[in-house]
Amino acid sequence: MAEVAPGGHQRWALDRPKLVTGIILLAFAAVTAYDAYSMSFRSAYGLNPNTASYLVAGILAILGIGHFISAARPSEGAAVVEADWKAVGMMGLALASLIACVYFGAGFIAGSTLLFAFTARAFGRKAFIVDVIIGFVIAVLIFLLFNKLLTLTLPMGPLERLI
Amino acid sequence: MLLAGGFAQALTPMNLLFALIGVFLGTAVGILPGIGPALTVALLLPVTFKLDPGGSLIMFAGIYYGGMYGGSTTAILLNTPGEAASVVTALEGNKMARQGRGGPALATAAIGSFVAGLVATIGIAFLAPVIVKVAVKFGPWDYFALMMIAFVTVSATFGNSPLKGLTSLALGLWLGLMGIDGLTGQARLTFGVPELLDGIEVTTLAVGLFAIGEALMVVSMHKTNAEKPMAIKGSIWMSLEDWKRSWKPWLRGAAIGFPIGGLPAGGAEVPTFLSYNLERKLCRDKNAFGNGAIEGVAGPEAANNASAAGTMVPLLTLGLPTSATAAVMLAGFQQYNIQPGPLLFVQHAQLVWTLIASLFIANAMLLVLNLPMIGLWVRLLKIPTPWLYAGILVFAAMGTIAANPSVVELIILVLFGIAGFLMRRYDYPVAPAVVGLILGPMADLQLRRALQISLGDPMVFLNHWSSATMLAIAFIALVAPFVFKGLSRFQAEED
Repeated sequence: MAEVAPGGHQRWALDRPKLVTGIILLAFAAVTAYDAYSMSFRSAYGLNPNTASYLVAGILAILGIGHFISAARPSEGAAVVEADWKAVGMMGLALASLIACVYFGAGFIAGSTLLFAFTARAFGRKAFIVDVIIGFVIAVLIFLLFNKLLTLTLPMGPLERLI
Repeated sequence: MLLAGGFAQALTPMNLLFALIGVFLGTAVGILPGIGPALTVALLLPVTFKLDPGGSLIMFAGIYYGGMYGGSTTAILLNTPGEAASVVTALEGNKMARQGRGGPALATAAIGSFVAGLVATIGIAFLAPVIVKVAVKFGPWDYFALMMIAFVTVSATFGNSPLKGLTSLALGLWLGLMGIDGLTGQARLTFGVPELLDGIEVTTLAVGLFAIGEALMVVSMHKTNAEKPMAIKGSIWMSLEDWKRSWKPWLRGAAIGFPIGGLPAGGAEVPTFLSYNLERKLCRDKNAFGNGAIEGVAGPEAANNASAAGTMVPLLTLGLPTSATAAVMLAGFQQYNIQPGPLLFVQHAQLVWTLIASLFIANAMLLVLNLPMIGLWVRLLKIPTPWLYAGILVFAAMGTIAANPSVVELIILVLFGIAGFLMRRYDYPVAPAVVGLILGPMADLQLRRALQISLGDPMVFLNHWSSATMLAIAFIALVAPFVFKGLSRFQAEED
């Protein structure tokens, strides 16, 4: 349906994001249906635990096809603003370093300090050391408030055991 | 009588202190740009975990009202509404702030919210018992049909395209499948990850989609936007003229907001738009609107608050959340082992009335606390964006691991954050996903209960006139946008 005319002018430009979303939705539908299919249980009156799975899989599949139809239509297509991927990547690093700190047992304070400093950097801050110090102070305060005062469990590391 | 008992329970000095802390925290977080009430409640939920049920409920009510009010402050002073319901407030409110009338704009929003909250909370107190009387007669088929209406209206009213709204809803439904099925013990979509057996936490989804998603969105285009908060010049108090122009819009806004909020139609933005248009039509001075008319702040703010209180009616009486905020609140109730619904009024009447009394108290506290503290709130808006979002992320991550200390939970949070970013970027609404996650398993349960009673006969939904009517409404609401879209295209081609 969506062919680029040989002349090069795109009259029928396919809506790429919609196409990708459609494919993702169909993939989700397939996974869900497979999961429902491979369940084992004793059957009863129409109340099997996989009925809902099949229903959701069906909805996902219909929406996926709906996206394909919508993608093929020449639409006004609201232009997506060009993103600053470097900043997004820096924030990804911020989140990843928190996960790594918790996973390797470095604790909540270290993880949050890095999360704070890298996020501030993603937003264009240059004074990294200052941000590390601010992040550290905030993380310690949050830890004291929630762990000591409200007795919530936060990931413990060497630093947390000292406090 | 029960309400008086609720007040007696809520008015102890300790509980008043909890209400005060709740309102303070709720406003402080809600005021931050990009944070709406749903996220405020989700972020602050861990703070209330370890209190006794009464105290946490009261603090919770305070957080809720504080978050609501904080959103309007951002809209007026910064012109960046944190949520759809504050968009209208920003129209006239920011104009007023630019003319140095930010004080009266904030005051009319605060007093209007108070008046509307008062009217609507009285509405809850009177309406809830009536609905409970009807709701105890509801069969599973009725609940299922009601949830279908909620699904369709929530995804059709949010966002600009029903396809995108429904896709967001489907994501929520899909996530709702994950975990152990309550009736049979069958694990669904857990992919062998033990942490997934408990299912997806609503707060994790809400925080991921709203907080992390929003932060990623803002950072991805941080070079293009730079709004500075408006300084408040002159008196923060309203003049006699302002009072005269405000009191009618407050009452009209409350009258529009409460019933719409009570319907399973979701979305507080509809009543705010209705109120704005009504006030513009009724305004004698035709040039006032568009140049900072106080009516354009007073009416929509009252409508916003009244409709938020209105969503408490289906939430408390039917256990049916019809907005993202209500969905997060329901998750909060479940944390305290409270299951809203008609049975709650029968079994835990005291608790319900304590909650309703706390809503009154939080509402009054909001007024007392916020007008004198406007200066402090404005200073909060001046926090540099990098530190602001860095702080939000630290707090969001903390809340998630405090509720469920595991790396898997953190990874899920980040995945939801990426999903939220992509959904924002490509203009998919995120609220239906939250509603889908919490209502999906409930709809599944009611569907199977209904089929169990009917011995597997699906006609059970059509044999009861009540559920048949509701399903018909849901179907019409689902199909109508597509049909009308088709019609309008057809007409366009005719021309």
